[in-house]
Amino acid sequence: MLLARILEEKLASLYRAGAIKGGVFLGRGQEALSVSVGIHLRKGDIFAPLIRDQAGRMAFGDTVLDTLRTYLGSQLGSMRGRDGNIHRGRPREGYYAMISHLGAMIPAVCGALMARRMRGETGVVGATCIGDGGTSTGAFHEGLNVAAVEKLPLVLVIANNQYAYSTPASRQFACKDLMDKAVGYGVASHRVDGTDLSECLRVLGEAVRAAREGGGPQMVVGDLLRLVGHGEHDDASYIDPALKAAHLGRDCVKVGENFAVENGWATVEEIADWRAEAKKEVDATAAKVQREASPDPAEEEWTAISDARLADNFIEA
Amino acid sequence: MITYLQAITAALDKALADDPRVFLYGQDIGAFGGAFKVTKNLALKFPGRVLDAPLSEDAIVGVAIGAAIEGMRPVVEMQFADFSTCGYNQIVNHAATLFYRTGVSCPIVVRLPSGGTPGSGPFHSQSMETLYAHYPGLIVMTPGTVEDAYSMMLEAVALDDPVIFCEHKFLYNHLKAEKLPQDSTPVGKARLARHGRDATIVTYSAMVHESLAAAEELTEDGYEIEIVDLRTVKPLDTDTVLASVARTGRLLCVSEEWPWGGVAAEVIARVTSEGFGLLDAPPQRLNARDTPVPYHPDLWTAHRPTADAIVAATRRLLEM
Repeated sequence: MLLARILEEKLASLYRAGAIKGGVFLGRGQEALSVSVGIHLRKGDIFAPLIRDQAGRMAFGDTVLDTLRTYLGSQLGSMRGRDGNIHRGRPREGYYAMISHLGAMIPAVCGALMARRMRGETGVVGATCIGDGGTSTGAFHEGLNVAAVEKLPLVLVIANNQYAYSTPASRQFACKDLMDKAVGYGVASHRVDGTDLSECLRVLGEAVRAAREGGGPQMVVGDLLRLVGHGEHDDASYIDPALKAAHLGRDCVKVGENFAVENGWATVEEIADWRAEAKKEVDATAAKVQREASPDPAEEEWTAISDARLADNFIEA
Repeated sequence: MITYLQAITAALDKALADDPRVFLYGQDIGAFGGAFKVTKNLALKFPGRVLDAPLSEDAIVGVAIGAAIEGMRPVVEMQFADFSTCGYNQIVNHAATLFYRTGVSCPIVVRLPSGGTPGSGPFHSQSMETLYAHYPGLIVMTPGTVEDAYSMMLEAVALDDPVIFCEHKFLYNHLKAEKLPQDSTPVGKARLARHGRDATIVTYSAMVHESLAAAEELTEDGYEIEIVDLRTVKPLDTDTVLASVARTGRLLCVSEEWPWGGVAAEVIARVTSEGFGLLDAPPQRLNARDTPVPYHPDLWTAHRPTADAIVAATRRLLEM
């Protein structure tokens, strides 16, 4: 979680320096919820993260190196320059590569879980994340409904971060509570204070366990506030200052650190050391990746089909 | 005798029997056997592998993609091709991009009961092949014979890439063959449906049969028309088309879909840029009219290309 925060701070700084290829979309303020998803998944589970899940991705096995390679456009990154930033993944390892169309990953995880079930695998969980805005898409509803009909071990995590890009929750949905959406499909739901790491760990642990033990799909709503813009190009001036000052606006990393100190699990100095260590790793990796080559258009295999016999042959003038 | 529809059923049956990774998913396809009965008896024969889906085209395709990533070979049915627009996002943005983005292929088959039948109207008659052929990453099959319906479905399931399988509803029960084929033309290769010397008609799916009827009528005037059945519209077998145009010097493209930017337009673009010198007359096309597909059978007959319309268009081409 701390490493994800520090890595994202580096990404923001690289973005400002013009070193990033494309956009940067950060999860500041959402790390506690996100990391709690990744940490409760096991090898062999399926995870389809969304845009603000750097912490969850790393807990599931993504690395500082591949993150930086993807953002900086190294040809050695998992996406080889063909896709960037938050769209990275390694589907063969159960780490799915999101598309930008919100809600689309939910039925895909459902299909993956159906496949595992058909092959007789038990105890597998599939988790995917979305925001409050994404709950308005058709794919969200279709996917959640399929999960319920098929009684799949799906954990659907909603970061209720109050804004979909600039659109406030009041213009996004009219139900009293996002939890109501789960009720409508016969899906179990959980609520958690997304600023509180220990609560996130507890509630996600319960949700993942319930799914793993055959309790069917579980929806988790984490209430929190996005503490950055939609992307680094966005100054987020639309965010209500009252929200920033409220409980929702707490920085979950600070809350987690304070909790650790108060419970005697770490000293302030130790945490400062962790930060320094993380920063050192991130900086060194960034320096290394910045020396790596970009993908070469002349070497690129310009075909979207895996079966080379079936590539359409357009004659170029 | 076996119908075009029964050939697809037989292919699905064989695919399910031969490969444990294959499963079917779609609306009403289980015990009911599907709106057209393509999956009749398959749920009984393959328990747990022929599954009814909710009315959720996006989720149906999304489920197939996730299952394919996990190593399965899902075949999904859109009840009518027209409804595939509700699953369009998953097809064109998820399935079609997966291999290029991640290096993981997406072996799904999306069955589209396509094309017009009398009285079906604007939302149960559409031909969607061009929409899908436009996107990199998809194979688009348009079988026009019983033999191809069978062999191409088997190939579609075996391919590692996502296949849009456009099966024509008008051919389902009308088209019959003596038996299922033992071998087949390789996928991606067009077929000469008729040999000729005076003009080439490039077509596919149900329009192969309207074109064959038109060619037969034109023999009364001494014309021999060559007909190329594309079979697969993506990839497009430009070589076979060009070889035919080299023999005849004249080209008419016939397609049931709408004219703007369609398969016919693509064939003409390729022949014009790659085989301009082979042409003795400007290449022509005949499509459906540029309106929604009308409901009334009399309007429908005048909306899509028919043998009569193809005869007239071919005569005009021959006189140029």
